[in-house]
Amino acid sequence: MTLLDVAGLSVRRADGRDLVRDLSFTLGPGERLGLIGESGSGKSLTALAVMGLLPAGMTAHGSVRLAGTQVVGARDKELDRVRGRTVGVVFQEPLTALDPLMRVGRQIAGPLGRRRGLRGAPLRAAVAAALDEVRLPESLARAYPHEISGGQRQRVAIAMALACEPEVLIADEPTTALDVTVQAEVLSLLDRLVAERDMALLFISHDLAVVADVADRVIVLKDGSGVESGRTRDIVREPRHPYTRALVDSARALEGALDRLAP
Amino acid sequence: MRGRPAFVIGCVLAGLILAMAAVSLVWLPYDPSDTTGGRLAPPGGGHLLGTDKLGRDLLTQLMVGARIALTVGIGSVLLGAVLGVTAGLLAGFASDWLDDALSAALDILIAFPTLLLAMLVVAAREASLGSAVLAIGLAMSAIVARLTRVLVKRVLAQDYITAARTSGTSWPRVVIEHVLPNIWPTLLVNLSLQLGLAVLAEASLSYLGLGPPPPNASWGRLLQEAQATVLTAPLGAVAPGVLLVVLVVGVNLLADGFRDLADPTRRRSR
Repeated sequence: MTLLDVAGLSVRRADGRDLVRDLSFTLGPGERLGLIGESGSGKSLTALAVMGLLPAGMTAHGSVRLAGTQVVGARDKELDRVRGRTVGVVFQEPLTALDPLMRVGRQIAGPLGRRRGLRGAPLRAAVAAALDEVRLPESLARAYPHEISGGQRQRVAIAMALACEPEVLIADEPTTALDVTVQAEVLSLLDRLVAERDMALLFISHDLAVVADVADRVIVLKDGSGVESGRTRDIVREPRHPYTRALVDSARALEGALDRLAP
Repeated sequence: MRGRPAFVIGCVLAGLILAMAAVSLVWLPYDPSDTTGGRLAPPGGGHLLGTDKLGRDLLTQLMVGARIALTVGIGSVLLGAVLGVTAGLLAGFASDWLDDALSAALDILIAFPTLLLAMLVVAAREASLGSAVLAIGLAMSAIVARLTRVLVKRVLAQDYITAARTSGTSWPRVVIEHVLPNIWPTLLVNLSLQLGLAVLAEASLSYLGLGPPPPNASWGRLLQEAQATVLTAPLGAVAPGVLLVVLVVGVNLLADGFRDLADPTRRRSR
């Protein structure tokens, strides 16, 4: 079964330029695909196109089937139904991903209540359970986003994304804005949750080391085109495209610097 | 409220004028058109603040003026808010060409001087309380609409809107749950400031004779009428001026206080 089937996807700007060009991939339950590339390579646009949420002035071409529903050209109303139960998203910047004026608990309660039709005490219990699942204390529900740390915010964002029980989780640079130690915690949290729920994961990052840690397969994006794709292990061992080679070399160089300093 | 002297002072100043207006509804020292007090009587005696050149009690006039200032101020802010927020939301969500068209219309309306607009309204209708509210409210709605549009665009660009859309939240729900609460604090502050400006605009209109006609004792008209006798009876000009300043300063201080109350990130960091 394929949850997400992207075929020949292009994202076109109003002036006719393609920002993503002819991208194809599929994603089934339990599969983890990494999209890697530098800033402006079209990674995040791909994610938005998959959800049918491209910014005004941009149009998607080709085909994106999300749990069997064609997203390209579909009307918002149809997509609202599909999106709510199929796909969850975690963004790079946890501060802007949370409504600054809404208590954390209410933000999680929103999608949770809609998805499962809960109200009152059962809803509160479900919010507490959702917080517990991302290893946050129940008391955090009463906090505003600015009162908690970046790592905690990202955990809340993950709890919100999972509240709809999505089959596909899109993580758009979920650890880039975090400290390295917090980064590792959030990654292992994501790893565990995706495994437990047998979700499909579309993991977007510019960091090869992070992608290698999480994804089974990767697509390397450069200027909107996929220049190389395959199993993560193969690509890290034998990169073929010059850009991929540069990515692997620079990641190795950093790692080498650490090794040299190690006793 | 502790640690917010400005807000408390704002409450006291604006409350003073509000109290004056409220009392004027049930009790006035004299009838507003009672001219038996003698021309330009000095303060004290039967007339606490004296009388004007027609022999009317000044305190009475000032109290009626407070009622008119607040009526026009609040009325035009309500009108400006309803029209402005609606147009702003429309423009904020609209597709390219509708947004462009609305923005152009707003820019023209904003470039139009309020007083000129008021004269047109008065010419088309009549000089009355309603005309003043209509003119000031219309001019204000353009400014409110432009602010709303920018605020909406800014909120819509945030990730939490995309996150909400991803979780299947419909547009109307997004507006109610996320957009309105997030633009509300800024709008509230701006509308409070607009209330101060509206009170001043009403005074200007009345000063020019375009406001509510006699016997409505608008502060602006009191100022204008006392102009000729400012050297012999200065209180007649000073008193409405002082009340005008009290109300506008009070409202502006309240506006700052509202911002602190409405925004949780400010509420606690103080």
